[in-house]
Amino acid sequence: MVGLARKAGLGPPYETGETMKLEPKVPGGPLAEKWTRYKQDQRLINPANKARFTVAVVGTGLAGGSAAATLAELGYRVLCFCFQDSPRRAHSIAAQGGINAAKNYRNDGDSVHRLYYDTVKGGDFRSREANVHRLAEVSVDIIDQCVAQGVPFAREYGGLLDTRSFGGAQLQRTFYCRGQTGQQLLLGAYQALARQIGYGAVKMYPRCEMLDLVTVDGRARGIVTRHLETGKVESFAADAVVLATGGYANAFYLSTNANGCNVTAAYRAHKRGAAFANPCFTQIHPTCIPVSGDHQAKLTLMSESLRNDGRVWVPKSQGDVGKHPTSIPDAGRDYFLERKYPSYGNLAPRDISSRSAKEVCDEGRGVGPSGRGVYLDFADAIRRQGENRIREKYGNLFEMYERITAEDAYRQPMRIYPALHYTMGGLWVDYELQSTVPGLFVIGEANFSDHGANRLGASALMQGLADGYFVLPYTLTNWLAGQRPGLTPTDHPEFKRTEAEAADRLKKLLAVKGKKTPVEFHRQLGQVLWDHVGMARNRQSLETALQKIRAIREEFWGNVSVPGNDLDLNSALERANRVSDFMEFGELLTRDALAREESCGAHFRTEYQQTGDDGNPNGECERDDDHYQHVAAWEYAGPDRDPVRHAEPLAFEVAKPTRRSYK
Amino acid sequence: MEREAAAETAAVQGADPHPTHHPMKLTLHVWRQKTRTAPGEMVTYPLDGISPEQSFLEMLDHLNETLIRRGEEPVAFDHDCREGICGSCALMINGLAHGPERGTASCQLHMRSFRDGDHVYVEPWRAAAFPVVKDLATDRSAFDRIIAAGGFVGVNTGGAPDGNALPIAKVDQDRAMDAAACIGCGACVAACPNASAMLFVAAKVSHLAQLPQGQPERRERAQAMVGQHDREGFGHCTNINECQAACPKEISVEHIAQLNRDYVTSTVSAVVKG
Ligand SMILES: Cc1cc2nc3c(=O)[nH]c(=O)nc-3n(C[C@H](O)[C@H](O)[C@H](O)COP(=O)(O)OP(=O)(O)OC[C@H]3O[C@@H](n4cnc5c(N)ncnc54)[C@H](O)[C@@H]3O)c2cc1C
Ligand code: SF4
Ligand code: FES
Repeated sequence: MVGLARKAGLGPPYETGETMKLEPKVPGGPLAEKWTRYKQDQRLINPANKARFTVAVVGTGLAGGSAAATLAELGYRVLCFCFQDSPRRAHSIAAQGGINAAKNYRNDGDSVHRLYYDTVKGGDFRSREANVHRLAEVSVDIIDQCVAQGVPFAREYGGLLDTRSFGGAQLQRTFYCRGQTGQQLLLGAYQALARQIGYGAVKMYPRCEMLDLVTVDGRARGIVTRHLETGKVESFAADAVVLATGGYANAFYLSTNANGCNVTAAYRAHKRGAAFANPCFTQIHPTCIPVSGDHQAKLTLMSESLRNDGRVWVPKSQGDVGKHPTSIPDAGRDYFLERKYPSYGNLAPRDISSRSAKEVCDEGRGVGPSGRGVYLDFADAIRRQGENRIREKYGNLFEMYERITAEDAYRQPMRIYPALHYTMGGLWVDYELQSTVPGLFVIGEANFSDHGANRLGASALMQGLADGYFVLPYTLTNWLAGQRPGLTPTDHPEFKRTEAEAADRLKKLLAVKGKKTPVEFHRQLGQVLWDHVGMARNRQSLETALQKIRAIREEFWGNVSVPGNDLDLNSALERANRVSDFMEFGELLTRDALAREESCGAHFRTEYQQTGDDGNPNGECERDDDHYQHVAAWEYAGPDRDPVRHAEPLAFEVAKPTRRSYK
Repeated sequence: MEREAAAETAAVQGADPHPTHHPMKLTLHVWRQKTRTAPGEMVTYPLDGISPEQSFLEMLDHLNETLIRRGEEPVAFDHDCREGICGSCALMINGLAHGPERGTASCQLHMRSFRDGDHVYVEPWRAAAFPVVKDLATDRSAFDRIIAAGGFVGVNTGGAPDGNALPIAKVDQDRAMDAAACIGCGACVAACPNASAMLFVAAKVSHLAQLPQGQPERRERAQAMVGQHDREGFGHCTNINECQAACPKEISVEHIAQLNRDYVTSTVSAVVKG
């Protein structure tokens, strides 16, 4: 592999000395046969010998839960960690919409190839083709597995599985359990995990937060954790470490993610040598309930399905903004998505819908108390289909909306606004899901994954379970088969050193004794990222962000207030520690956005837009395949040195890059 | 025509679609307990500037921010999703598990359910099987052990038949889903005068009992889970039905009846076999 590296935002790509090897290890052969061949050729470990290997799985979401259970079933000794009080509470539980699979039960022309193609195209040709194809292949097994576990997927009257179309897909390939698909899939994985815990095959450590990765001679040998109740900082040795710690959307403070979601495990592993790929690929979801005030701790997602029947609008004139929406006549309304994207209208893709909403709000036409909101109006749908039909389809969502806003969406339009939702970037992994640190594997949202620059709806659940049930158990076995089993003693100097560093950092946080709370810093950081590195970015906004983030970070270490001590449950300490990583990571995210001088998928640089028929920029991404058809993988270079940007070139043998157009 | 109708509704509803709310003042009484073994006590905190738009947990955030700024330790409480689905949040609010609203987890409760000047009492779940960890956070790992004892379908990954190989009637599916909606919060235990966890156990047993996949282990499952339930120190169910009223997912006590049937037949068959 050529070490094609590039410093943030400086000129065209140039070569640097080889410091880090990016070997994707994609097997040979035609695309559709790679995974089959891999499995045929992989090394095996006999059942009795598997028990001689210990695997530490960090995270119990769909990815970690499914992996820990499956690895234990195979016979490995598994240690499993999560920061919640129970593995069942991982963030995956909150997913609503559904999970894709290329079952073609509908006879509507779906196939593994189509799901693969849609995913690559949806990701705007910034994902690794072979991984995506494998994902589409195993998608069908996931559904079977979950049904066997007793996951209550929706059924038709004839007793067969029901599916629906999701997020603008032309095929009905999304399986669902009412509005609680993530919950049911996670409970399936959790129950499989609980079964192995009951057998003693998995040792579960809840309320246990990973603080660092331990490497010895460059290889992952274990982790350092803090028990959140007792405060105990402790090491665990393992033959391999699997990170399944989820995404980093909470870097933006307000997001649809659960409160505890964090980047700590992934970022600390990055500092120990794991390359971080495409951190600037962050997805913003157009239909969330707008911010109501400073007190707000998170944003709530309203299912995208609402856009099938709701019409998005704002007043044409600023003067109408404060008026009651039902008093504004049709002629005074700007149905801006229908106007700008006549063929897709209100179903325009997530990023386009989000940016359009931002634009009209920037123009001063946003509605609601904050001025950052647009209407999603069901009046026409109710008139045409009747209130009962709408109630049938969306009753629970309308209820949820009313619970939060005290407004009745049957009588007046909902208000929605985009919010941070999902992160496509993550630790770089090869085809085997191994990071640049040997022995460290990364699965689920935590890796840079299969979604390229933009993820399709209902594909994250699919990826998490694919990785955990059907990919990692093979690839990890292949790798372990080449290793001698045996744990590094946790009194090894590297363990002791890493443990001491993690503990010192906590002590340092407690010692600052400043005036501002960790949450205040988090909110400040989030605001900078949202304003300058959010839906639309440009060189100037990104450079401003870099400066501001550095200033916040500096202030943080001199002025954060963390009362209490590190010897028991201390939520302020937990938060401060996570925020400290978000701040360093926020800078990396911004640098990555700066260095990628193109627009693609969810990464929108205002400088790089397609030109419309009228000769003006038209808001569509202008990709630059000549210079950026690659994965950017960042190498940590030390606290006082700029990280190094490496590139893994992407080749598309089967799906040929096309230009996106939703006009 | 349309415009007239619109104007009329507006007149009825008033011109301001999003009226501003006046901040409230509350007196909070919160259970503070440093560790599992330390003695605890109710501590009073007057709290100002609460918006009715705030959720109950955001109100606690607000309290914690105030405490941290004063250099005092924040109140510990479990939370994560803040959407009523993860089951982390677990607060006794004015003596009611998850507070006054029906079918609502603590995190979904909003301050508009309270009035300016109210006294609000916030306590952890109280049950021998849920020891307090700190302040409002409790140890509910007993629930995990009940699931580990048998709350699953015993299949390994791989080799599952096609998802459509086994048609399942929609009504069975729906009933399974009703039971499967349990979020494992423990409010049923906190609300029960006997601190019984039968609603939680029944929800899982019933979810799997409705489905063909759950049949092979049906009887053993009921027995194993009830056995673990008793070993954990939860009380017996005497049909008081407070659990159903407190449950944020409105899981029906009918599932307990179903559990009892499965349990009785399982003990009978165990006796016959034995
Ligand atoms: C509101 C919402 C709705 C969604 N709906 C859909 C949908 O309909 N379809 C779809 O496909 N996707 C959906 N998504 C995306 C999807 O839910 C997530 O991408 C996916 O669940 C991530 O799973 P995961 O296993 O990778 O991580 P998570 O579920 O986030 O799990 C992370 C795990 O890591 C643990 N952890 C994290 N940090 C540490 C640490 N330092 N130490 C120890 N443990 C740690 C946590 O305890 C947790 O167990 C939705 C997301 C949101 C926010
Ligand atoms: S049955 Fe209801 S109250 Fe009990 S744990 Fe489940 S969701 Fe909570
Ligand atoms: S915080 Fe998740 S249910 Fe309340």
